[in-house]
Amino acid sequence: MDTLLITNILAATIIAGTPLLLVALGELVCERSGVLNLGQEGMMLMGAVMGFIAAVTSGSLAVGVLVAILAGIVMSLLFALMAVTLAANQYAAGLALTIFGTGLSAFIGSSYVGQSISGFPKIAIPYLSDIPVLGPVLFRQDLLVYLSLLLFVLAFIFLRYTRGGLILRAVGESPEAANANGMRVLAVRYLAVAFGGGMAGLAGAYLSLAYTPMWTENMTSGRGWIALALVVFATWKPERVLLGAYLFGAASILHLVLQGLGWRSSTELLAMLPYIVTIAVLVLLSCNPARTRLNTPLSIGQPYRPSK
Amino acid sequence: MASTARLELVNIVKQYPGCRANDGVHLRVAAGEIHALLGENGAGKSTLMKVIYGVVQPDEGSVIWNGTPTLIRGPRHARDIGVGMVFQHFSLFETLTVAENIALSLPASEARNTRKLETRIREVSTRYGMALDPRRHVSNLSIGERQRVEIVRCLIQQSALLILDEPTSVLTPQEVQILFRTLRQLSAEGCSILFISHKLQEVRDLCHTATVMRGGKVTGSCVPSEVSVDDIARMMVGSDTPLSTQATPSRPGDVLLSVRQLSHATTDPFGTRLDAIDMELRAGEIVGIAGVAGNGQDELLRALSGERRSEVGRLFIDGKDIGQAGPAQRRQAGVAIVPEERLGRGAVPGMSLVANTLLTAYGRGLVKRGWVRSAKVREYTARIRERFDVRSASIDSTAASLSGGNLQKFIIGREALQQPRLMVASHPTWGVDVGSAVAIHEALIQLRDQGATVLLISEDLDELYQLCDRIGALCGGRLSPLVPTSELGIEQLEQWMAGEFPRSDTPELAAEVIHAVA
Amino acid sequence: MLSLERRAVDSRLMQWGSPVLALLLTILTGLVLFWALGKDPLAALGFFFLVPLSDTHGWAELGLKMAPLLLCAAGLTVCYRTRIWNIGAEGQFLMGALWASVAALKLSDATGFWVLSVVLGAGIIAGALWAWLAAVLKTRFHCNEILTTIMLNYIALNLLLYAVHGPLRDPMGFGFPQSEMFAASALLPSLIDGTRLHIGLLFALFAAVAVGVLFTRTFIGFQLNVLGQDSRAAAFAGFGEKRLIWLAFLIAGGLAGLAGASEVSGPIRQLIPQVSPGYGYTAIIVVFLGRMQAVGIILASALLALTFMGGEMLQIAMNMPKAITGLFQGLLLFYLLTCDAFIHYRLRLRRPLSSVAIGQEV
Repeated sequence: MDTLLITNILAATIIAGTPLLLVALGELVCERSGVLNLGQEGMMLMGAVMGFIAAVTSGSLAVGVLVAILAGIVMSLLFALMAVTLAANQYAAGLALTIFGTGLSAFIGSSYVGQSISGFPKIAIPYLSDIPVLGPVLFRQDLLVYLSLLLFVLAFIFLRYTRGGLILRAVGESPEAANANGMRVLAVRYLAVAFGGGMAGLAGAYLSLAYTPMWTENMTSGRGWIALALVVFATWKPERVLLGAYLFGAASILHLVLQGLGWRSSTELLAMLPYIVTIAVLVLLSCNPARTRLNTPLSIGQPYRPSK
Repeated sequence: MASTARLELVNIVKQYPGCRANDGVHLRVAAGEIHALLGENGAGKSTLMKVIYGVVQPDEGSVIWNGTPTLIRGPRHARDIGVGMVFQHFSLFETLTVAENIALSLPASEARNTRKLETRIREVSTRYGMALDPRRHVSNLSIGERQRVEIVRCLIQQSALLILDEPTSVLTPQEVQILFRTLRQLSAEGCSILFISHKLQEVRDLCHTATVMRGGKVTGSCVPSEVSVDDIARMMVGSDTPLSTQATPSRPGDVLLSVRQLSHATTDPFGTRLDAIDMELRAGEIVGIAGVAGNGQDELLRALSGERRSEVGRLFIDGKDIGQAGPAQRRQAGVAIVPEERLGRGAVPGMSLVANTLLTAYGRGLVKRGWVRSAKVREYTARIRERFDVRSASIDSTAASLSGGNLQKFIIGREALQQPRLMVASHPTWGVDVGSAVAIHEALIQLRDQGATVLLISEDLDELYQLCDRIGALCGGRLSPLVPTSELGIEQLEQWMAGEFPRSDTPELAAEVIHAVA
Repeated sequence: MLSLERRAVDSRLMQWGSPVLALLLTILTGLVLFWALGKDPLAALGFFFLVPLSDTHGWAELGLKMAPLLLCAAGLTVCYRTRIWNIGAEGQFLMGALWASVAALKLSDATGFWVLSVVLGAGIIAGALWAWLAAVLKTRFHCNEILTTIMLNYIALNLLLYAVHGPLRDPMGFGFPQSEMFAASALLPSLIDGTRLHIGLLFALFAAVAVGVLFTRTFIGFQLNVLGQDSRAAAFAGFGEKRLIWLAFLIAGGLAGLAGASEVSGPIRQLIPQVSPGYGYTAIIVVFLGRMQAVGIILASALLALTFMGGEMLQIAMNMPKAITGLFQGLLLFYLLTCDAFIHYRLRLRRPLSSVAIGQEV
């Protein structure tokens, strides 16, 4: 393989990993508060379709991105209403959100299928982009890729070094104890869920405004679910989410690479790869269940209502 | 009026759906006073504490703090005005360090400087004789150390009233002494202490005054050192309940259960490993195992129940190896288990008593070729309910709707009616009202007299001395020798609970110990 | 101030009132939506719910769409009662359809009743094995079944696409991704002459009733129930967890596989990429709406079958996007879960606290 090919593959990996990174970071924060939101797919789809429509009607990509984030947040608040306020089963509520979001996005977007816009352009960062291999891979990307990296750094600092991060982890470990310590558990969980929604919306916008600048039904094709697996894989640590997102990104473009190398195999069979990789990763994690268990936010999936 | 009380509660009422937890409660705690709040489980002590700490709001009544009527809006507010609380199930975060835990309960401005906070934690904890390393993770601390973290947290906040909810139930006798020293020191410095307990002797040792509750109401108050334990007990349970049972001497028969060098590594990061357990239990005797929670009791129960299998050559009933048998096969062999967790192991909370009967009694002709014989199950359930005086709306009531005592009578009855040859009961009267406890004790004695072996795992030393023919202690997964109750002084047993007994690897050594004790 | 308060006893009224309330709320939202889109709300509602059922043909089509939904839902009921979150009915359905088609195409020259049995059997086994994969991943490797079954759905879809584009493609089909038509011996007999309704509906009704009996009368059903409500009690009682999990998955997969097989050997008569309009996912809603009870899921499957027909009808009659089906289904589940909260909780008007406490001052 020559350098150019490697560079191209790595650059494509970053692009394919970006939506996963965004949605997984959001879900990570959400799960750290003890809430498991299985509605990622639904929120991403709503972000994708609303972002696309807003960008088409306003002619501004920035407006599209903002609307997408907003759409994700609104969807996540619906989830929070069920799973946090009404203490519904989080699994069922998340599934409902995905089914609802899939239906709603298809309905809203039905007249926009087939339209296209010019998506986010690549921006080369002066000097840095001239570094061989690394330059084109990391510093000749679009704005949202840079944004995703910035968000990663912020999330990392927040979780590791701030009092807010400490409170988030505390609530996720034991809402009862947090309540007894005077923390506002439901407020913390609402904020965490909303952050997850905003990130999923942004991830959706990345798909419909940058990755393939157009809207098609179900265009997320399981990325929301893969992100959920990714958070488990990362044992709820942001730095591992970053690594994992790009690994999964690589898996999802592998079939393009193989075809590029002249492999003759059916597209359909190769398209299974990311899903098979996801299962394989889940299996590998089972080799060390103790580590996974030690890092799992202890209250995850359990509804909490303070007694009055 | 002599002086302003530190805390005064006036006519506190708290109604929950289907239960009036506090019904016109009055309480007065003076500055520097150690005040006991006594009562059985369900008497309303916990609710009252939650009211004082602002976790729940009373429906009626008022809280007067240092002479001012105060609406305590929540735990944070309670802390700000000087109320500190040490919970029974600690409100600590296991994955965080000691300092982080304490920082979370301080205002952000005070918590910012980590180094300063750590110094303060060290200072305060040494001053009160409860050393703590602020950088350790709570998950690595012992139960006693965790309690220290909670107390030190209150002290750093300069609480004027410290509430402790059953603080001694998780401690070894030695740890209790250290705790009492600290509390007396605090009291001398003017800090008021509200001490919630149901252990009457402790209350007599420590407290200046006591308020007794039953059924949500205050039933009396006294100076504990001036009245007898029985007097207090009467106030707690009322006049119509017997206080205890007296066991008749037993006539042990042949060896039924032998455990030989049973060791188990634990898979649970917070569990205890069993270390070469040896014991022989005879038919027709009650054998007690004392110990502070978390010393391998649960692991031992699982090993006996079959929830966890053992290797060959470790567990025998009537000389037959049952180590590889699962719970169902062991039940067939006559093993009955009463686990510590009534709801969520001994019984399914959301299912009816009828369904919960089927849970373990299915081997008694209640199932035919895979079909449930519901008439038989109902009949069996009705029999348990009648024979063991289980008070429930009907046999179709859910397990969760029963009080702790009634549910425990149901579970004991369900197992006893299957006529087991070995009954293993873990903490059977924990959190159970005195009336039910007496009924449960009688059921165990009756089983013994019918020739069954009873293994009683308990933290309640009174209970063990009352019922058991032989007693030992479990500490750190090791089992002390099991010696006749009459030959084992309570000081000796307390030492054993702290792990001060020789390894019983060799039978000769064990015999020597028994000899020495005798 | 309104506050949510836990009921002492769960409300029996809300247990069954909740689905009805959810349906009413969905219809109400639908009316608002139609109005907002500038359509006549009542007419649209009529096209959605009434017009599809105006003749025998309509009722037969309803039964036709009910069959796969109910088969999948009956299987999922077993899983969900056991608290196994099998989201994989769709994939198990697709595998059933795929391998039933393989069997039907291999046996295209054979005749006799056994051909159909082999075709259906192939579907059942394929669906059950596909579900068993998730079961093994759960019991052996402790993988979360939600994630694995979703991934298996995507894999199954791609396998099906591979088959119709490759090995099973009809050489005379002008390059369309579809198989040859099945021979008559591989087709399900019809239930009402002149309609597409086939005996698959009977399988489905039977399965729903059988699942009902399983849980109300048999010891295995009791064990599954206990495992679902309280896994520690199940372990304590000695009910083998692995065995029960496998059983639940195998039943669910088998029934979903049968649904897939019935679709290809019933109305479709060949393998095509769009063999399922999402029956496996919609069945999840059926289970929740039907309260995991036999009668409930039968009624719920009829209602959700109607949403597929209503969506098509609105597309034809009022030029609305067909995706309205998915929207209604999502709304319905959403409202259902919201209403379900009031099984355990009730709203209570609370007096402001401060006034009470101050009013009691001594």
